[in-house]
Amino acid sequence: MIPGFGLALGTTVLYLGAIVLLPICALLVKASNLGLAEFWMILSSPRTVASIRVTVTMALAATLFNAIYGLLLAWALARYEFYGKRVLDALVDVPFALPTAVAGLALTALFAKNGWFGGPLDRLGIPVAYTPLGIAIAMAFTSLPFVVRTVQPVIEDLGYEVEEAGRSLGASDFQILRKVIFPSIFPAFLAGCSLAFARSLGEFGAVIFIAGNQPMRTEIVALLTFIRLEEYNYAAAAAIAAIMLAMAFVMLVITNTIQAWHLRYLGRGDI
Amino acid sequence: MTSAAPQRPSWMTTPVGGGKATRVTVLMLVLVTTILFLVAPLALIVTSALSGGFSVFMRNLFDAATAHAIWLTVLTALVVVPINIAFGLAAAWTVTKFDFPGRTLLIALIELPYSVSPIVAGVAYLFVYGTQGLFGPLLEHFDIKVMFALPAIFLASLFVTAPFVARELIPLMQVQGTDEEEAAVTLGASGFATFLRVTLPNVRWAVVYGAILCNARVMGEFGAVSVVSGNIRGQTTTLPLQIELLYQDYNVAGAFTAATVLMAVALLTIIIKALLEHFADTDGRLP
Repeated sequence: MIPGFGLALGTTVLYLGAIVLLPICALLVKASNLGLAEFWMILSSPRTVASIRVTVTMALAATLFNAIYGLLLAWALARYEFYGKRVLDALVDVPFALPTAVAGLALTALFAKNGWFGGPLDRLGIPVAYTPLGIAIAMAFTSLPFVVRTVQPVIEDLGYEVEEAGRSLGASDFQILRKVIFPSIFPAFLAGCSLAFARSLGEFGAVIFIAGNQPMRTEIVALLTFIRLEEYNYAAAAAIAAIMLAMAFVMLVITNTIQAWHLRYLGRGDI
Repeated sequence: MTSAAPQRPSWMTTPVGGGKATRVTVLMLVLVTTILFLVAPLALIVTSALSGGFSVFMRNLFDAATAHAIWLTVLTALVVVPINIAFGLAAAWTVTKFDFPGRTLLIALIELPYSVSPIVAGVAYLFVYGTQGLFGPLLEHFDIKVMFALPAIFLASLFVTAPFVARELIPLMQVQGTDEEEAAVTLGASGFATFLRVTLPNVRWAVVYGAILCNARVMGEFGAVSVVSGNIRGQTTTLPLQIELLYQDYNVAGAFTAATVLMAVALLTIIIKALLEHFADTDGRLP
């Protein structure tokens, strides 16, 4: 028996309690003090509803983009050998390592009307900065690594034996892709997508630079929470933050369910 | 990949997607999107910061407010990262070397901050230490300032980075099991000596790995710090907040100069991470 259980468990629980649980409980207490009627009034206000709608819609758009680009990127990194593969692999970490404020600043300059991409896009009639599309781009940037990093190891582990078996049974490439490869990577892919979506829902730094933050149109939920705080409207801030927390919790449960399914699929035990 | 694969008949050797046309199409798509989406922002930061020439860049960098923000950011990292390493080691040691009821719940709790939006974290802290908060009256009575001051920046940074070191350690220590520790204890080593001489050397690279990721996040944290710091100019403005202030003041070159500092930290983090991963391939000490 290894000693130190009491000390280690005590430290861990005490730290988590003070740093993580205490603030979350304080927020929940504050929100539950509101009473159902007031809570509902805050949430059903047109501005809150509009901010939730634009956040969820653009998070979905960003996740869709990352689902396709992330899957191709993971496939390329896992299956192909090419010059500069190491650099590409390292570049995938950029959105996680780069502070969100820096990403937001750069993307805004890039997609503004006088920017490298914003200029040509604007002439095509597609304004990006200060529109909902800009929000989706900022969200897609910050959540990109999730899909790549969950799918890439699964494709690497896949091996070629199963598809060879499929081939020797006369299956075409497309059939193998659809019936053998895709089902194997699907749980990981779905988990990656739900992580990316959850991250997009809560993203703040990158989005507020590019969004323009126009109430009812390009104002995300996280920013509305922040604005309510600055207005000293603590009740509204608590209610909206509690809803964000609830959304995060739902996404956490969904992701964990998918991951548990994924592990069962692989026939592995826990962890 | 599978270098030691047995000889296969020729009609089988081209794996799915291995044909030249597919390969070239996928690679082109990926490379072009990556250059537009990931490389262009980085290039833009550097060119924008240097647009006024190197001397302007240096002047922006050593501007009093920016220099103070850099100092504050470094200070925050110096406080938060060591605490996080200590917590990560304790947490990973607890959940991997022992089995107890509620272990899975504890792991979920450790990872919880990953799922919480930084803004929510900031608001939550306000309801603990703010004047409206749980401890507000008490703190006010003793005239202790937590909110809109350095302690709040440290606390919010501790919240958002809580899982960083632990998450790197847990899978590794899980695989390593408890055999070596049990042997050490059987031979008469104390718990502390076992930890210091057996466990710690086995996970040292993972600790470094987690610590640099934690450091990058602490230095770059925006949302949570933005809420709890009150963004008081020249006092609680960390580097990411300084970027926003400069940008709002229409000092775009200054904002990009501050951004290059954080970008340098980010790129350095990625390089060290890649080196550690490469190193671990030969050493086998990292997940």
